[in-house]
Amino acid sequence: MQTHTTRRQLLTAIGMMGGTAALYQAMTTMGHAAETQFAGPPNLSGARTGASVLVLGAGLGGMLAAYELSKAGYKVRILEYQNRAGGRNWSLYGGDTYTELGGATQKVGFAPGHYLNPGPWRIPHHHRTLLHYCKSFGVSLEPFIQFNHNAFVHNEHAFGGKPVHFREAAADFEGNVAELLNKAIDQKALDAELTTEDKDKLKEALRGWGMLDADMKYKTNLLSSEHRGYERTPGGGVNGAPIPSEVFKFRDVIDVQVWKNMAFFMNHEMQTTMFQPVGGMGMIGKAFAKQVGGMLTYNAKVTKIMQDKAGVTVSYTDTATGKATEAKADYCVCAIPLGVLNQIENNLSGPKKSAIAAVPYGNQVKIGLQMARRFWETDDYIYGGHSFTSQDIALVSYPNYKLFEDGPGVLLGAFANGAGAFRLAGMTPEQRIEAALAQGAVFHPKTYRKEFQTGASVAWSRVPWTMGCCARWNEETRKQHYQTLVALEDRTVLVGEHASYVGCWMEGALLSSLDAITRLHKRALEA
Amino acid sequence: MIKHTAFALLLLTVPVLAQANAGGDTAGSSANTTARPVTGEQVYVQVCQGCHMADAKGGVGAGRIPALAKNSNLEDPSYPVSMIVQGRGAMPPLTDLLNPAQIAAVATYVRTHFGNNYKKPVKEADVKAIMGQ
Ligand SMILES: Cc1cc2nc3c(=O)[nH]c(=O)nc-3n(C[C@H](O)[C@H](O)[C@H](O)COP(=O)(O)OP(=O)(O)OC[C@H]3O[C@@H](n4cnc5c(N)ncnc54)[C@H](O)[C@@H]3O)c2cc1C
Ligand code: HEC
Repeated sequence: MQTHTTRRQLLTAIGMMGGTAALYQAMTTMGHAAETQFAGPPNLSGARTGASVLVLGAGLGGMLAAYELSKAGYKVRILEYQNRAGGRNWSLYGGDTYTELGGATQKVGFAPGHYLNPGPWRIPHHHRTLLHYCKSFGVSLEPFIQFNHNAFVHNEHAFGGKPVHFREAAADFEGNVAELLNKAIDQKALDAELTTEDKDKLKEALRGWGMLDADMKYKTNLLSSEHRGYERTPGGGVNGAPIPSEVFKFRDVIDVQVWKNMAFFMNHEMQTTMFQPVGGMGMIGKAFAKQVGGMLTYNAKVTKIMQDKAGVTVSYTDTATGKATEAKADYCVCAIPLGVLNQIENNLSGPKKSAIAAVPYGNQVKIGLQMARRFWETDDYIYGGHSFTSQDIALVSYPNYKLFEDGPGVLLGAFANGAGAFRLAGMTPEQRIEAALAQGAVFHPKTYRKEFQTGASVAWSRVPWTMGCCARWNEETRKQHYQTLVALEDRTVLVGEHASYVGCWMEGALLSSLDAITRLHKRALEA
Repeated sequence: MIKHTAFALLLLTVPVLAQANAGGDTAGSSANTTARPVTGEQVYVQVCQGCHMADAKGGVGAGRIPALAKNSNLEDPSYPVSMIVQGRGAMPPLTDLLNPAQIAAVATYVRTHFGNNYKKPVKEADVKAIMGQ
């Protein structure tokens, strides 16, 4: 019999001998457990004299390719359909105009300094590539308030249809689970799994974590109120003594909305600390554009991509004049979203074309609502974070900037997906605002409509230059198409969040870009 | 006890591996529970219209959402049905949102509205056949 040490067995041994630190170091060396795949900027150099690259699309993926390749010595040109760089990295400010597919046009009326981020809005602390380039390109970041115990959870089918504080629901969920697990231990249901010592330890943990009383019960008392909040909070003087709040019915607490929201915050990608650029997410695209400014051609709609032994020829139309032009280069980095690329004539291979056509995109809808007064702060003590609902809008999210100011604030009044997002997308911009007001009012019934001033919406299925939010891969499509999609084919390589396993994050677009241009540069030097 | 400690340490790797399949940025809310559309027209308004527009004329930008109005590609009923079932490019497969009866209803609806006049109704069984059921 052959002895074969698996990676797992090896790690187990290291873990037992050297403890956690040694295990972590070993895992990192073996390429696991590290918080990022970013190993620093690629430092490419020594491009052949005169070698040229056409970059298609000025999103973050395309612009990073252009920046690093031009540093390596390539002659780079970027063709961008819009009159703006940044792609999905984008903020809408007062005075901006946005026309969606179908022609509906919105004139954004937000007060100066306020904005809606239609696409990306938050950055995890472990997205090291993005954070690296933000620092290099001078983008100021501030905290994005992701987790707020005091925001609401709402489901039409639980708690009598009334919103409850996340804090209360989560505390009751954990308290009840602790009580039930303790019962299972007492009823000897776990004797096969646990030693007596383990059981004692676990009971102690359940008591402390679940706020159980001396009888191991989760009840309305000052203990549970320490987690879920009080009926009357502790104060000073005569009425200083707190009064406990009443725990919810267990049936409501195990509602899907409660545990989904609890689990949401446990996602590696959603964990605090998170960041946002000062002044709007679009600041990142603007900073990237400054670095590659001279290379950019705006209003250039790519219509055809052909490559042969001699080079790449890209046809494009100037959207302002309608004039058709050709551009030629030795290589092509195509950073156009797949749904659009699928409609562009090209001579890529059959399997590559199938891969491009095979990945559907999400259909998120975001709606920004400017309120005259920051009532969520003054009346509800909510500073940033999200209130979740089972209605189509999915959430209301509170702004992380200009806190405590007297003036207006722009709420994110919807971040819809799936069926709800299709319903909102099919409406006129005015109807979307109306729906967002009607649904969001569940959290702030007295003020929501009264304080509303102006709004804007972006339905990603109707965005003229993506026709969708982000690539939605699944296990099957990954297996069948991913490697084909990312493979460098002759002189052309595809780049973007769709060419990564960090889908729907700016980090994915950047990591895809660095990987693609490193391979492209290698091939160019070997040619 | 040693066995348990080693096991606990190994658990450290699990979230890192699981994260590779994370779904990207989402609201984090539970799926909405609002009533599902029933008639062909309701399905059109609540799903297709989000892309193909209220007048079914589509739209053109860098990409193009084709018009379903006056579209001779709808003559063969299996074409719209396979588009809804399989998707293609920026048109997503919609089978996790719509059941065969709803797909039949909306296919019939677009084939008989917006300047199309292909009278033969699409049946649930036709849809199931295309879905391989
Ligand atoms: C609703 C939503 C929420 C998100 N939230 C987050 C978040 O919180 N954090 C995060 O990190 N990421 C988030 N993302 C994901 C992030 O926006 C993307 O991963 C990233 O911006 C994609 O960059 P890209 O370069 O791949 O593509 P894009 O930015 O889309 O760039 C593609 C470029 O190609 C151009 N183009 C298209 N067609 C043509 C053509 N024919 N000719 C010329 N140019 C063309 C487009 O105009 C565009 O500028 C979110 C996305 C969405 C939609
Ligand atoms: C997320 C946006 C979206 C939704 C929702 C959507 N479509 Fe589409 N549809 C498209 C796009 C984009 C194309 C073109 C695909 C391509 O590039 O090949 C398309 C193509 C089609 C076509 C082929 C048209 C032709 O002439 O080739 C049909 C038929 C169609 N859609 C029907 C429907 C129906 C019916 C619904 C509702 C059940 C629907 N679509 C929902 C975006 C959408």
